[in-house]
Amino acid sequence: MSANPFDWRRMPFLRLASIAALLFLYAPLVVLMVYAFNSNKVALIWDGFSTQWFVKALGNTDLQRAAINSLIVAAVATPISTLLALPAALAFERGRSLPGRAFGEALVAMPLIAPEIVTAIATLVFFEAIGLHGGIGNVILAHVVFCIPFALLPIRARLREMPRDIEDAAHDLYAGRWQVFRLITLPLLVPAIVAGATLAFVVSLDDFLITLMVAPAGATTLPVYLYSMLRLGVTPEANAAATMLLLVSIAAVVMAYAVSPRGTAKR
Amino acid sequence: MSGEPTRRDRALLLATPALATIVVLMLLPMAIALAASFLTSTPYGGVTRPFTGASYVRFLYDRDLDDVLVFDTTYLRIFARSFIQAVLATACCLVIGLPLAWYMATRPPRLRQGLVLLVTIPFWTNLLIRTYCWVLLLRDQGLVNQVLQGSGLTQAPITFLYSDGAVLLGLVYASLPFMVLPIYAALEKLDPRLIEAAYDLYAGRWAILKTIVWPLAKPGAAAGTLMVFVPALGAFLAPDILGGGKTLMIGSLIQQQFSTARDWSFGAALSMILMTFVLGALMWHARQRSGRVLP
Amino acid sequence: MISRILTVTAATAFMLAMTGASVKAGGNLFVYNWTDYTSPDLIAKFEKETGIKVTVDTYDSNETLLAKLKSDSAGYDIVVVTSDFVPIFIDQRLIQKVDAATMPGFGNIETRWQNPAWDKGNAYTVPYHWGITAYAVNTKYIKEPADSLALLFDPPPQAKGKIGMLAAASEVMSLAELYLGLSPCQTDPAAMKAVYTLLEKQAPSVKVYSSDGIIDREASGETWIHQIWNGDSARARANNPDIKFVFPKEGAVGWMDNIAIPAGAKDVENAKLFMQFMLRPENSGLSANFTHYASAITGSTAFFDADMKAAPELQVPPDLKIAFTPTCPEAAIKLMDRVWTRLRR
Repeated sequence: MSANPFDWRRMPFLRLASIAALLFLYAPLVVLMVYAFNSNKVALIWDGFSTQWFVKALGNTDLQRAAINSLIVAAVATPISTLLALPAALAFERGRSLPGRAFGEALVAMPLIAPEIVTAIATLVFFEAIGLHGGIGNVILAHVVFCIPFALLPIRARLREMPRDIEDAAHDLYAGRWQVFRLITLPLLVPAIVAGATLAFVVSLDDFLITLMVAPAGATTLPVYLYSMLRLGVTPEANAAATMLLLVSIAAVVMAYAVSPRGTAKR
Repeated sequence: MSGEPTRRDRALLLATPALATIVVLMLLPMAIALAASFLTSTPYGGVTRPFTGASYVRFLYDRDLDDVLVFDTTYLRIFARSFIQAVLATACCLVIGLPLAWYMATRPPRLRQGLVLLVTIPFWTNLLIRTYCWVLLLRDQGLVNQVLQGSGLTQAPITFLYSDGAVLLGLVYASLPFMVLPIYAALEKLDPRLIEAAYDLYAGRWAILKTIVWPLAKPGAAAGTLMVFVPALGAFLAPDILGGGKTLMIGSLIQQQFSTARDWSFGAALSMILMTFVLGALMWHARQRSGRVLP
Repeated sequence: MISRILTVTAATAFMLAMTGASVKAGGNLFVYNWTDYTSPDLIAKFEKETGIKVTVDTYDSNETLLAKLKSDSAGYDIVVVTSDFVPIFIDQRLIQKVDAATMPGFGNIETRWQNPAWDKGNAYTVPYHWGITAYAVNTKYIKEPADSLALLFDPPPQAKGKIGMLAAASEVMSLAELYLGLSPCQTDPAAMKAVYTLLEKQAPSVKVYSSDGIIDREASGETWIHQIWNGDSARARANNPDIKFVFPKEGAVGWMDNIAIPAGAKDVENAKLFMQFMLRPENSGLSANFTHYASAITGSTAFFDADMKAAPELQVPPDLKIAFTPTCPEAAIKLMDRVWTRLRR
């Protein structure tokens, strides 16, 4: 293949454009890390190198509590919403002729379409009306709902262009439905499920308004904490905390990457 | 065939858990919001009777400062501005996201995984903090201006911040992975032999993009468009922080109704108008391409 | 792989959550306050004294507090409400009667802050901190004498694009009304037209309408003139000595944040303990050192640290007209919102 003079993997434009796009994504993170070491409390004034903010962030229990709450909510809401989204995506794509499908799809897109503040206040009023006092569980429930479309859309997009002849062939060979799903459909869907779960995780981790309204006492998440902190501008302490979280997540990723066996890296 | 459930019933069952979740936790709260939009706001936040359509009338006919009811384009202008910004943001995401997704999808499997994570990692850091980092980058004495001035390209600092352009940048930044990942997921199965065959047939790069890559990427791009355009339409973070609160977008307008204006009814009505508009556009799009309901 | 990462993070998070969940003997106190407005030293002192475990959550606006307290499930024992919102919270029965006047230490409140207009007889609240809203200038760039709101609302041409205003309609309008010699909460359309004209004329000079990161912008010179609260101005000055808070000759807008107990509080006794704790001068002074805002407790200044004692922002001239914003009627809020939306359409 590589003997081909027109190797499609080596399109120089693609690589350049991709590097530029990644630089765009990472530019603010570089700033974030640099300013985490700023000894001046005012982010806009550079005053010399210091690690004091890391010490301070490590000692800030409110910040830690908020970060932990964020991780718990995202880590629980992501798998639940992905598990709900996967069969729904199959239903919408494999059951094209289903009556009321358009309505069902509109329903699933609804969390995406409704302005966040309205969802936030309406959900608060609704939880109150049905007397739901589940602590952080309330937050997780609200997150599951708006994560569903983000988990679902990439799966649907992949299913749509996935040739059905393989599944049909397996059916012809008397494979059971569950077998077909587990052995054929699911492995083919993995990249899309990963993409969907990743997006769900990200939107959950970043949600501010809905959490602000729905969270009961003690269930504040990181975005809520940081948003109100903005009254003073983002402090180096917040930058330091974010830097540490970032490094921890990168470490987790690298570890998971390293331990995943090469043969199954695609999963 | 007679004893077991038909294919149709089974498909319906598969969607049930997700639909039930959304009906209970989304549709019911939205019904509350719909009711609120037809009620009268109480001065301290909340709604009460009587039922009225006044909040919808207000969208087009508002009382001016003399308390006279006149046709008023204020809200239409705010909707139009948000719409244009959301369209531009979606277009920018597509232009930046497609090559990146294409590049990612054509790497070897193991590298692909790494690239997906590379695109996602920035988004594990809070969006608010990252948006504020753009303020640090773009401000008058920020890094971008220092580089420009240091290299002699400009004399005085250029004011990037607190403009519609800065808002657009914030919107694109916040939603890029929502375009990249679905396109990547759609392209990932791209058969390299297709492209090699096309090259062998002396197809130009443009032709390959148009005839091979784009048709494959399209479902992903459609999903991405939905996930970029709709949230951008209701965004409030970028207009607030990078726009400096100088021009209103729908998101900040609705936010304002629920906060300082304490007019829940009008806020709910604005949301219903926005949702009807978006849902209508989706339905129309679906009808245009029958069989493919909703992107 | 993603699932593996998620499992690891979830497990870690749960473990961390467990270690933090040990409850102290004296029960719990859930405090809901503006961010960076609760002194960690103060909380540590309260916890040590009473054995009560305090959890502080934060919010961004009185409106958020209002929306959340309307649902009983919020679960807070102490909230901090700004003066113009107190009557709303009382009217909506969101905070409960505590008869603060019968509390030990009530006499510590300066007489001018006892029996305030927003809470007659201190039936519901005790003071937290108070402050005034006017503007600050960066004297490095602004050489003109700064003594009038005219500098903010009708700035000199060289300050074009260097003006910062607060983000909330009520904050901007009440200062504009003061400048125009109008009473607050105008319901007269003609008067609000004048306010609109003033703000529209000022708009091209305004760099940003934002209540966030004012200290950053002022201290770094991004803005030269900024509408600001006096405590924030003191914090900005700590980073840049050129920042000067202006007491305008037209007067300034005043406000007080007040400690109250929500109607649905779980632990009213602990909340009352906190109120009494805050009435003691040493504690109010300790809190002020962190917030940089004035205390309403007699004798608390003795516990101020050196730069708080000297802070010019807190040396309010005795003849300054301080206009405390009352709770605006619905008509006034509607008019304000119209002006505010039109200004930014």
